[in-house]
Formats: sequence, C-alpha cells, structure tokens
Amino acid sequence: MTLNLTLKVWRQDGPRDAGRFETYEANAVSEDISFLELLDVVNEDLVAQNREPIAFDHDCREGICGMCGVMINGQPHGPLRGTTTCQLHLRHFKDGDTVVVEPWRAAAFPIIRDLVVNRTAFDRIVMAGGYVTAPTGAAQDANNIPVPKANADLAMDAAACIGCGACVAACPNGAAQLFTSAKVAHLGLLPQGQPERWSRVNAMVQRMEEHFGSCTNHRECEAACPKEISIDFIARLNRDYLKAQFKDRRQLLRATDVASEE
Amino acid sequence: MTALDTAPATTTDLDSHVPPGPIAEKWDVHRFETRLVAPQNRRRFEVIVIGTGLAGGSAAATLGEMGFNVKVFCFQDSPRRAHSIAAQGGINAAKNYKNDGDSVYRLFYDTVKGGDYRSREANVYRLAQISTEIIDQCTAQGVPFARDYGGLLDNRSFGGAQVARTFYARGQTGQQLLLGAYQALMRQVELGSVALYARHEMLELVVKDGRAVGVVVRDLVTGAVTSHSAHAVVLASGGYGNVFFLSTNAKGSNVTASWRAHRKGAYFANPCYTQIHPTCIPVSGEHQSKLTLMSESLRNDGRIWVPTNRDDRRSPNDIPPEDRDYYLERRYPAFANLVPRDVASRAAKRMVDDGFGVGELKNGVYLDFKEAISRLGRGVIEQRYGNLFDMYRDIAGEDPYRVPMRIYPAVHYTMGGLWVDYNLMSNLPGLFVIGEANFSDHGANRLGASALMQGLADGYFVLPATIAGYLAGQLGQPPTPTSAPEFKDAEDSVRERVNSLLGVRGSHSVDWFHRQLGKTLWEKCGMARNADGLKEAAREVGDLRQRFWQDVRVLGENETLNQSLEKAGRVADFLELAELLCQDALHREESCGGHFREEYQTPDGEALRDDERFAYVAAWEFKGDGAAERLHQEPLDFEYVHLAQRSYK
Amino acid sequence: MVSRTTPGGGGAVAVPGAHPRQRPRLWLLDFYGTAVGKKAVMAITGIVGLGFVLVHMLGNLKIYTGEQHLNDYGEYLREIGSPIIPETGTLWLLRAILIVAVLIHVHAAWSLTQMNRRARPTGYQGPRRFVAADYASRTMRWTGVLLALFIVFHLFDLTWGPANPNFTRGEPYHNLVESLSRGWVAAIYIVANLLLGLHLYHGAWSLFQSLGWNNPRFNLWRRYFAIAFAAVVVAGNLSIPIAIVSGAVD
Ligand SMILES: Cc1cc2nc3c(=O)[nH]c(=O)nc-3n(C[C@H](O)[C@H](O)[C@H](O)COP(=O)(O)OP(=O)(O)OC[C@H]3O[C@@H](n4cnc5c(N)ncnc54)[C@H](O)[C@@H]3O)c2cc1C
Ligand code: FES
Repeated sequence: MTLNLTLKVWRQDGPRDAGRFETYEANAVSEDISFLELLDVVNEDLVAQNREPIAFDHDCREGICGMCGVMINGQPHGPLRGTTTCQLHLRHFKDGDTVVVEPWRAAAFPIIRDLVVNRTAFDRIVMAGGYVTAPTGAAQDANNIPVPKANADLAMDAAACIGCGACVAACPNGAAQLFTSAKVAHLGLLPQGQPERWSRVNAMVQRMEEHFGSCTNHRECEAACPKEISIDFIARLNRDYLKAQFKDRRQLLRATDVASEE
Repeated sequence: MTALDTAPATTTDLDSHVPPGPIAEKWDVHRFETRLVAPQNRRRFEVIVIGTGLAGGSAAATLGEMGFNVKVFCFQDSPRRAHSIAAQGGINAAKNYKNDGDSVYRLFYDTVKGGDYRSREANVYRLAQISTEIIDQCTAQGVPFARDYGGLLDNRSFGGAQVARTFYARGQTGQQLLLGAYQALMRQVELGSVALYARHEMLELVVKDGRAVGVVVRDLVTGAVTSHSAHAVVLASGGYGNVFFLSTNAKGSNVTASWRAHRKGAYFANPCYTQIHPTCIPVSGEHQSKLTLMSESLRNDGRIWVPTNRDDRRSPNDIPPEDRDYYLERRYPAFANLVPRDVASRAAKRMVDDGFGVGELKNGVYLDFKEAISRLGRGVIEQRYGNLFDMYRDIAGEDPYRVPMRIYPAVHYTMGGLWVDYNLMSNLPGLFVIGEANFSDHGANRLGASALMQGLADGYFVLPATIAGYLAGQLGQPPTPTSAPEFKDAEDSVRERVNSLLGVRGSHSVDWFHRQLGKTLWEKCGMARNADGLKEAAREVGDLRQRFWQDVRVLGENETLNQSLEKAGRVADFLELAELLCQDALHREESCGGHFREEYQTPDGEALRDDERFAYVAAWEFKGDGAAERLHQEPLDFEYVHLAQRSYK
Repeated sequence: MVSRTTPGGGGAVAVPGAHPRQRPRLWLLDFYGTAVGKKAVMAITGIVGLGFVLVHMLGNLKIYTGEQHLNDYGEYLREIGSPIIPETGTLWLLRAILIVAVLIHVHAAWSLTQMNRRARPTGYQGPRRFVAADYASRTMRWTGVLLALFIVFHLFDLTWGPANPNFTRGEPYHNLVESLSRGWVAAIYIVANLLLGLHLYHGAWSLFQSLGWNNPRFNLWRRYFAIAFAAVVVAGNLSIPIAIVSGAVD
C-alpha cells in the first residue's frame, strides 16, 4: 500500500532567523515506512533538486534515545499514543492527508535549525540533583538492600523517560514537570535514593523553574509522552517538594545559619 | 589498497603487556604494580574522552570523581543519547545469585569459547572478575534492575548461556545503565570536574612525537573547528556496524573517531569480526533506514521454523506441524533455538538462500510463540516480552500474539576495533580505547549481554586504574599547547576536508553512496564470505570511494548545523574502513565466530577454524593513502581454555 | 548549541531563556517563590474557596424555607461567637481569611501566567490539537478573571447595594428577590455560576495533584469528587435565580 501526502514543514535557517512553512509533496510512499523515513524520502528529493534537506534530530530510530521528536499535526510525536516520531508509521495516515510538521516550541528549547531544538535545559535539571551520589568503587553487594518488587517496578516506570521533550512541547504552559518528576520519582522510590531525596527535589525543582513554565495540571504531557509516564509522578513530586521544606536538612541547616548570622 | 592478491606485509611485534602470573591474580598484581597519581596531583592532568556511551560516560564520570580534569565530547545533543541506550536484553555478571553453578571462571570460559578462541585470555578473565562489581556499582546508582518478590535481583539466561547470569531492567537495560552513568557524569559536570561538549564531533587525533596529545573537533552547530589538548585521549566512540548501512546501530554510530586515529598510527584490529544478530525484523522496502533488533531473549520461548515446502503460500497459522521445519531444533538438539548468534544467523540465511524464506519478500523465518502462549498463558508472555511485542506490532503492522513474528539476521555489533594492550592503551602512547571501539574481549564473536559488561568494566574500573600508570610518568609536564604546529596542521586538514566535501557538488546524495556501500558489503562481506566475493567487494568499494569524492552532493555550508556534511564525513571514513574490512576478511583463511568463509567449513556447514595459522590478533597499520596496510600479529596463547571445535549439537 | 563548562569553573551550562531566581530569605516567601509552592498555595486557598462556595450555597438554600429563615441566618452570621467575640467579629475574621485567600489565589495565578508566557514566547504556528487538556483546564485563567469581576458585581449588588435599586440593609431575602427579578441580572448569575462550575470542575481535581494527594486507591475518586462538588454547588446556586425568575419564589 502506498500513500500520497502533502507536508507542510517548518524551515528555519538558524536560531535567529525567521522561519516559514514550506510545502512538499510525498508521492507513492509505502505505508510501512516510518515518519522519519518519510522525511528521508523528502530530503532525497530536495537534494536531487539542489535544495537543502530538512534538518531533524534522530539517532536510534527505535524509540529509546529520545533524540527525535517533532509536532505532527499539532501533536508531539503525532497522533499515535505512546509512540515516538521514529516509531510512527505511515499506516496511521490516510492517502491525501496534509501533515503539518513543526519543532518543539519553548523558551528553554531554542530552535537551532528547521526541526532541531536545543534541549540542554533537561541536562541542567539532571545536573542539579538527578543522581545518586555513589562514586565508583564505593558500592556494597547489590543484594544487600532488598527492594520490594512493586517499588522497583514503579521506579522503572518512572525511569523509562527518554528525555525527548514531548511533555514540554505538549504542555500549554511549557512546563517540564513530567520530565523532572519522573527522575525524582525513580530515585525517590529506591532505597539508594533516600539520603538525597529531599535535597534532590529542592534542587531539581529550583533548576527546572529557571527554564520552564509551571504545571497547572492540564495532563497534556501524559497524553503526549511516548513512554506513557503517569502524572501520578507529578503529584509525587509536589508531595516530596512540600515535605522537603521540612525535611531537607541541608536547607534547614542553612536556615539556622542564617538565623544565627542575623 | 592495491595488493589484495599478495599476502600482506607482516610482523609479530605487538606486546600486549599482559602481566605474568596465574590468571586469577594478574589484575590484582598489575594494579599493585601500576604507578598511581596522588589525589592532590590529579587536577593537574587533562584527559579527553570521546563518547558518552556506557564506556565513555562511565569513564568520564569516574575520572572526574577521582579529581582529573576531564573534557568529554559526543555528537548527540546530550550524553544520555549515546547508542548504548538502545541495548535491550541485559548485562552479564558472574554473581551466581541463582546458585546454578556460575562463577568467574565459568563466565571467563564461556566468553573465550563463545568468542571462538580469538580473544586474549587475561583480558577476558579480568572482565569476568569485574563483572560482579559492575552490578554493585549500578545498583548503588539507582539502576532499577528487575527484582524477585523477595526484593532481590532477578536473572535470566541469555543467548547461548546455560546459566542465568543476565541482569536486566525490563527490555531497557542499556537505557537504565546508561542513565546511571549519565547521571554520575552530570553530577561531575555540575561540580566542574568534567567539561561537557555535546554536538561536537572529533574529526582528528593529534599526535606529537608518537604520543596522542589531543583532538580537533567540529562544533556541529556553528561549524567552528577547535583544538583540545590533554595528557591522554580516551576513545569510547562505539562500533562501526553502520558500515553496512542497514544495521541495528543508531543512525549516527560511526567509525570516524577510530578511523582518524588509525590514520594517525593506531592499529586497527580484526575489522572482519562483525556480528550478525539473528532476531531482527526483516527489511520491508527500499526506503528502510535501519533495522530493528528484537531482543534475543525471545528465543527463550519462541520456536523458529520455516515451511518445508518452498512455495507454501498459506498463512503460517494454517500450516500444520508436519509441513513445518523447526530447523534449529532439528540440527542442534542440545541447544535448539538457543544456539549462539552466529550459528542461528547462518542457519536462517541458509534457509532463506535456499528459498524457504517467509513473508512477502521471502526474506525471513518465523519465530512462533503460539505454543508458549498456550503453555504459559498470554499474561506471562506479555509480562516477559510485552514491550517487544508492541514494538514489533508498531513496525511490522502484525500482531505477534496471533501471527508468528518474522525475523532475519542483521548486522549488530563489531568485535573488531582499535588494538589495545592489557592497559586498554593502543600502540600510540596516550591513546586509550574502551568499549565497542576497541577490539578487546570478545574474540571473533560476542556473547549476548556481554557488551554492556565490557563497556562498563572498561569505563568504571579498568581504565581509571590503568590510565594513572601512564599519566604518572607525565607529572609536571603541561599539556601540549594548542598552538603547536601539530594542532594547526590537524585543524587545517579538518577544514580542508570539510571544504572539499562541500566543494564536490556532485549528483548523488551521501545516503545514496552509503546504501551502495552497504549493499556491497552485506552481499559479499556479510554473514558468509569467500575469496572471490571479497576481492570483488574490495574493488567495488575502492571504485565507490573514488566516485564519492567526485560525485557526492553535499549542500549547505559549514557554518550552520549541516547534517549532510556530518554524514558525508562519516561515510567517507566508512568507505576507507570497508576496504580494510574486506582485506582482513580475505587474509583470514578460516571461519571463526562472526567471520564465516565459505571455503572453510565442516561437511555439515559449521565454521572451521585454523588454529595453526590464525590463532592471532590481526592488527593493521595504516601506511598512507593508496598503500597497503601492514599486518601486525599478536599471537594468542590459550593456557586455561583448551582450543576445541565449538559444538552446539 | 553547545553545552559547555570550563574545567573547575562551577559548571554553568548556558541555556538561552533561563531565568535564575534570586532567592529571598524568609522561608515562606522562599517557598511561595517557586511555582510548585505557588501551586500548593493556590490549592490551599482554593480549598478555602471551595469551603466558602459550598457553605454559601447551602446558606442560600434557606430562601426556600422562607424569608424569616434566610434573614435570621444572615443575622446569625453576624453574631457567631458573640458575646465572647464582639458582634460581626467572627464574620470579619472569616471574611478576612476569604479575602486574603482570594487575593493570594489571584496573585499566584497571575504570576504563574506570567511565568508560563515567558516559557513559550513564540507559540505554535500550525494548529495545535489538544487531547487531554479539557476546556475547563485551558480556560481557568479566563473563568477566574470573569469570576473575580462577577464577585465585585455581586458585592455591589447584594452586600453593599449600589447595584441594586431596591436595596435594604439587613434584608437579604428582599434584596435577593428584588435583584434577581431583573432578567439580565438573573442571566449574569446563571452564566457566572456555569463559569464557577467549570472553574470548580478543574480546580477541585487539580488541587489533589498540586498538594500531592495521590494514591491509586482514590485517584479515580478525585475526579468523581470534582464532578460532584461542581455539580452540587452549581445546581444549588442556579436553582435560586431560576426559582425567582420563574416566580416559584417571590
Ligand atoms: C539494538 C541493540 C541492542 C543491544 N543489546 C545489547 C544487550 O542486550 N546487551 C549487551 O551487552 N549489548 C547489547 N548491545 C551492544 C551494546 O549496546 C554496545 O556494544 C555498547 O553499548 C557500546 O557502548 P560504547 O560506550 O562503546 O559506545 P556507544 O554507546 O556507541 O557510544 C559512542 C559514543 O561516542 C560518541 N562518538 C562517536 N563518534 C564520535 C566522534 N567522532 N566525536 C565525538 N563523539 C563521538 C557518540 O556520541 C556516543 O556518545 C546492543 C546493541 C544494539 C545495537
Ligand atoms: S530516534 Fe531515538 S527515539 Fe526516535
């Protein structure tokens, strides 16, 4: 089975340039190819016509690296639930469809070129505290601390995040709550993550808010997430953040320092 | 390379620096004898790490923790996206948590045997020793490994192993391990001990007085070409499977970093050892851009078969058992569907070549879960493989719970890579190579779930210990200034190359060339090879390479993000590597592991090694464009594992 | 873009569009300074609001038990706690809490809106298709603004009187009937209550998320609660203008 599609693709030469939609026809493409392969096909055509190909990010093409991701007809990663752009196949489109393709839009994700954005802000959130401090060599035997299977499974649900940015792209507020909460929950659910639990959530929330909008519980992120990560983790983040105000010893110590200085 | 028909110029001068003594004590003794760098001196050393996969990420984080000044580079937009993220199945470790007779020695033995006796015993033994520490380390970082109801870690058995020693995190083990390393790395970035350069590609290694002293990189966003100097350079840039165009590797995986180092003098070892993975989704059409792996664990419960009649057009569910050929079970009764990768792959190829292939393009074999589903129930299968089944359905458009999957082998991993000694240092002092980029521990064939183990062993434990020994000798010496002529020359050659790629303005896209290259290699230097085919392939590749430089069309400019330009540079290097690959495959007149020469097989079609002539590592030295590469041999001694014909009957 | 740090240099990975926040020192202000904190505060002030609208609605239902009853109720509100607490003391305390809650609620909403605008200065250029965000959640800020305007009108109408030509102090029943007998006023009340319903429908669910009250045991019930709460309050409130306009109460 083949299809004919009309693509309206956002083209932008550089971070500071104005962009525009350009229209391309993709004729008789197989319904078995993925959306990125469709862009490959369009790009081959463009190159043949001596026009510069569309820049888009991708790497694994297996839905795991989180590199790909564009707005397809107004939805991050397109219409199919729980799917990355690279795993979206054309059989989910109809012959004759017009497909609008646009990059993620958020202040924290500035456009580099065409459909490519800079997602370094996500790395910065992790830098602030998205880890367990466990220098190499210091570990005890892995089976010394049992972890209830249910907790480990839930932690894995949260850890499945691929950092693609669809949650931010989907959020009407440009918030990164789902991304941040997934990491906070993953580590917070495991015994290994407990010592830094409260300082972690404080630091990560603070860093997140330097870049992103605020969560007002629209639930768009959950619907857009290719790994179907639940907003329950956002509730958990909020709860941990509230508790951290009373439990983050690092901050409490600082509070007493401040008091004694004054 | 001109002299394909004559034997390569050969020397046997390679010193692997394997320490003396009983194998179980080598690593301890070696660590004790290796010089150290005192904590207060570490910040006086600069180390460059290329790559943020399991190997590079873990190395950079660990070196940062130790106090070295580290610069780490990757071409993706974040270290977390390195190709390692895609590994599904698991990671081996000799923990013996299942009490099923596993031990360090058994993991060592299995790996040497699985590698078809073409690996260095001492390295493999060390790998097996360290494997247990990796699991401890990763668990401490919060990697959510699968657990049993009692809260302890779970294991499964994996491709070719008769013990359950594989640790896993659902079908996303690589992702979780990489995120663990990434998080540790980002902590160091925040602390300032590691400087991170994402979207930067290393395009040249800088060598001064025979030592690696730095790299030249291109900023993929601005096109700026800059030099970075260090006391040591660590390459962790992954494997070169994408030389075949279609492979299970991430699209960006490439050989450029290794190849550039090779051209500067680092030996490239065993390039012909490429691994084909038996369970991938078959090609569906001409626009296919990559192949998708279905975890090997599927073979634990799925049965592989083809119809006995070549022209059977019935839907698989309508084909009765008597018309099915469960060919693995028939030929290998002991291991059946669980034979090692190379054996399973070649068997599938043989079926398809003989016309028994299934699917519209007759290019696959069935992997059938019907029996497992009726025996264990759909729920169990869903729990074990749910995400894989979903992935298959998304890609193939068929429901594997009802119709058998179609699978076919695909290029997956490369055992070959830059030659390193026991310290993971290449023949160029100061250049260390870790992870899939080196040739190290897997011999001619890698066992399932051992690449993750090796990458992390190298990065967390081996390199941090051995690099100190090299650095200690340089205490007090500042790194070479980037104003040195060696850096300027390297920068110039990078710019010149970029300009010539942009200047060709030919008629075919980069992808076109890459596809051609892949086709030639897959057909003539893929799962099965023979002398005539290899010579032909080498000629075709040579022609294609010439044509590339006259006819490639790379549009745009250097000063912006230009993905065609990135690809062009990588394909140019693949074209050079491909010739060496053919040459290596041609010179190795035996079949072993992933390298199968049709001329060298047993009467029933099994690989036939020639230990008399070929029990060595073939390390190739670049001698200039157009000149034949020189072969350096590192003989392999097997003191502990006895050379034997592999048999999985 | 590159993410880069200088070795030993504190790790500033530069990202355009970052808004590092100067942290004030007072803990509560500090907490309120974060968006997560503001949302928690909005949830708590929202709960105050929920309590108020519910009690307000229940009190108003006394209109159905007769004029005397409603007027007595109004009088009672002034006298809660008396004589220990001076007359109208409690009422003012409650009013103060309510006013402060509303002001904080509005301030937080306003400042989060600013933050969210900054977070996406350039919107999507193609049409955007929402799949989970419902009408209520996406219009919170507008229903909020309209409700605020309505409250002002409502106060002028029934508390202070200028918007009500036949206002008599201390006779709420009379004032209510007089005001709502005007068709356009009844219409405003009806529309405003529908908006209130939308606001409550999202708010009464959202507050659980914001405060992290989340558990698989009752997650589904949070939604039921929000629906039921919004429906009860709106139905109770709407019944009054309808009853008055239709002449069932006069
Ligand atoms: C689909 C799939 C499944 C697999 N499953 C398993 C499994 O279950 N178990 C197992 O043990 N193994 C598995 N493997 C193999 C394993 O994943 C890899 O061998 C391993 O992850 C390689 O890690 P690495 O760190 O060496 O390199 P990579 O992860 O490939 O990282 C390479 C890094 O180098 C960088 N880089 C490369 N070139 C340059 C350059 N020129 N300049 C700058 N940076 C550069 C990249 O940006 C990247 O960060 C699987 C492989 C595939 C393809
Ligand atoms: S390309 Fe890796 S997730 Fe799509």
